[in-house]
Amino acid sequence: MVPDAEFTSYYGRPIIKSPTWKVPDVPLYLYLGGAAGTSACVGALADLTGRGPLRRWGRFAALTGALVSVGALVHDLGRPRRFLHMLRVLKPTSPLSVGSWILAPFGTLSGLAAASELTGIAPAVGRAAGIGAAALGPAMTTYTAVLLADTAVPAWHEGHRELPFVFAGSALAAGGGIGLAATGDVRPARRIAVAGAVLELVATAVLERRVGFARTAYTSGRPGRLLTLARAATLVGAAAATAGGLVPGRRGRLLSRIAAGLLNGGAAATRFGIFEAGIVTARDPAYTVQPQRARVEARRDGVPVGMSDPMHPNDPHDGLQPHALEPERGEDVEAAEDDGNGGPARNPGGDATGADPRQLDKG
Amino acid sequence: MGNSWYGPLADPSGNAGYAADHPPRVGFFTDTSVCIGCKACEVACKEWNALPADGPHHDQPDLLDLTATSYDNTGALGASTYRHVAFIEQTRPRAAAATVDLGMPLPAGDATEVRWLMASDVCKHCTHAACLDVCPTGALIRTEHGTVLVQDDICNGCGYCIPACPYGVIDQRKGSREEGGGGAFKCTMCHDRLGAGLQPACATACPTESIQFGPLDELRDRAARRVETLHRSGVPEARLYGHDPDDGVGGDGAFFLLLDEPEVYGLPPDPVVTTRDLPSMWRHAAAAALTVAATVAAAFLGGRR
Repeated sequence: MVPDAEFTSYYGRPIIKSPTWKVPDVPLYLYLGGAAGTSACVGALADLTGRGPLRRWGRFAALTGALVSVGALVHDLGRPRRFLHMLRVLKPTSPLSVGSWILAPFGTLSGLAAASELTGIAPAVGRAAGIGAAALGPAMTTYTAVLLADTAVPAWHEGHRELPFVFAGSALAAGGGIGLAATGDVRPARRIAVAGAVLELVATAVLERRVGFARTAYTSGRPGRLLTLARAATLVGAAAATAGGLVPGRRGRLLSRIAAGLLNGGAAATRFGIFEAGIVTARDPAYTVQPQRARVEARRDGVPVGMSDPMHPNDPHDGLQPHALEPERGEDVEAAEDDGNGGPARNPGGDATGADPRQLDKG
Repeated sequence: MGNSWYGPLADPSGNAGYAADHPPRVGFFTDTSVCIGCKACEVACKEWNALPADGPHHDQPDLLDLTATSYDNTGALGASTYRHVAFIEQTRPRAAAATVDLGMPLPAGDATEVRWLMASDVCKHCTHAACLDVCPTGALIRTEHGTVLVQDDICNGCGYCIPACPYGVIDQRKGSREEGGGGAFKCTMCHDRLGAGLQPACATACPTESIQFGPLDELRDRAARRVETLHRSGVPEARLYGHDPDDGVGGDGAFFLLLDEPEVYGLPPDPVVTTRDLPSMWRHAAAAALTVAATVAAAFLGGRR
């Protein structure tokens, strides 16, 4: 009989199925939806405080984001002609259903506001529509985190408390960054961009710390590289945004525009990195089996979940040992690459104490 | 919320809105200790449901999709494979095996023997089915028999059910629109046969009655007795999997008798329906959304002209 303590799998095959969602369609939507949501808020408040250029940028960014998002999502469907089936029901247990009912009115209202902006017709209608879109804006920025977390994908599900804040920060940085490209008084956009960048950086760090067994996926391989890139771009972008407010004239505006590009690039890289980390943990059965096996053993032994056995400090349950994946034909085997910690087959440098108890406990 | 999303739920069909006179909940008990690996279940399932070959999904031009994993050439459940027979060859110490004393001298030291585990995997038709919970179009439904079904004419292929399933069952079928591709497919428990009073194709074809079909309560009783019998006969490693209404998915409509840990067969050791944590997820998302709103508002209030 196979000893319990070792990790086993069925020929190294995945246990759960990784999402069939297309790249870039879905991670691009994650980024665009968040940026659009913040932009709608910026546009509406700029409207109410008499900042014309900022209002314009906000409204156009909201509509552009919404349109490209819808296009990407429809393209991603297996049966695109049936995209309207998304509005057949409103189902609270399905973040995709709830999200469709957020995105559809958001897109419509953003469209009205942008149309009014473009034509100059019915500014009062445009203002009301803009406020309506802004009311949906915050929901646009965070429901996508629930969308990812409400799956069996370990990297996403185990981070379900932190992901909404990562996405919120990322969306604020992106939307604020877009506003920085406008002329005139962009101080509110600057504040939003910098606050968003800080939230994004802090929340991502907290996510990586608290996500338990899936931490390796976020900190190594392609996802690790993407998230490092995102961190760098966001940091430099926040610095440039701050500097843009302090340096006068043309150079200040140039710094602001550089900041806009860096913050948006960083926000997009964050989404792509998180998406990629999810794919990695879905494909490698270790990420599914080890935390679940640890839970089963803990229940059997009556031990509080997550605590190491003091009699056996080198218990193999401490930390994740993802095994090298069998290369599938034609596929990029990122999970089996050397991650700088000596490769995935060995115990990666990570939390020596194993998973955070909260992640393995109920709720 | 009650037990609609998590926890023991005796009558999922009633909970889904069917009238009280709906048929009793039916399911599968797959006793892998008598499986002979003949794959009659795979063939019968493919024939009855007119399923296409698995080819395109495995990116394999060759129709003989040899996986080099013993006799398993389907690899896993998928959009065109609703019954998957797994083969595991194990070498284990001889002492662990049930032995009958024939009066012959036993080899000393670490003698080993080889055993073959064979199991026919299928959709678990969970009491709390994550695929059903996350489906945004309402294509996935609970039937009057307690099973989980994809309505192919509604499914728009969004693919959300696929990463939601904790067992990795449901999948998206590749292929053109004319071929019916793009949608999500999984075992229907031969819903069309149930309506006609027949058993599912796999249960009908199984020559050893490894796959047993019937009312779920009856199957659970039968399974408990079977495990007891095996334990008495010197097979202590026999255990049930997916039978317990207190487990993370509320118990499965299709449960198993296994001869080793679940992960050996490619099954998750402790599956939990993702919906269990959904209230917490929405709460955290709401808090984060409020953070966004507050940040934007504060940014504008700070510098008001």
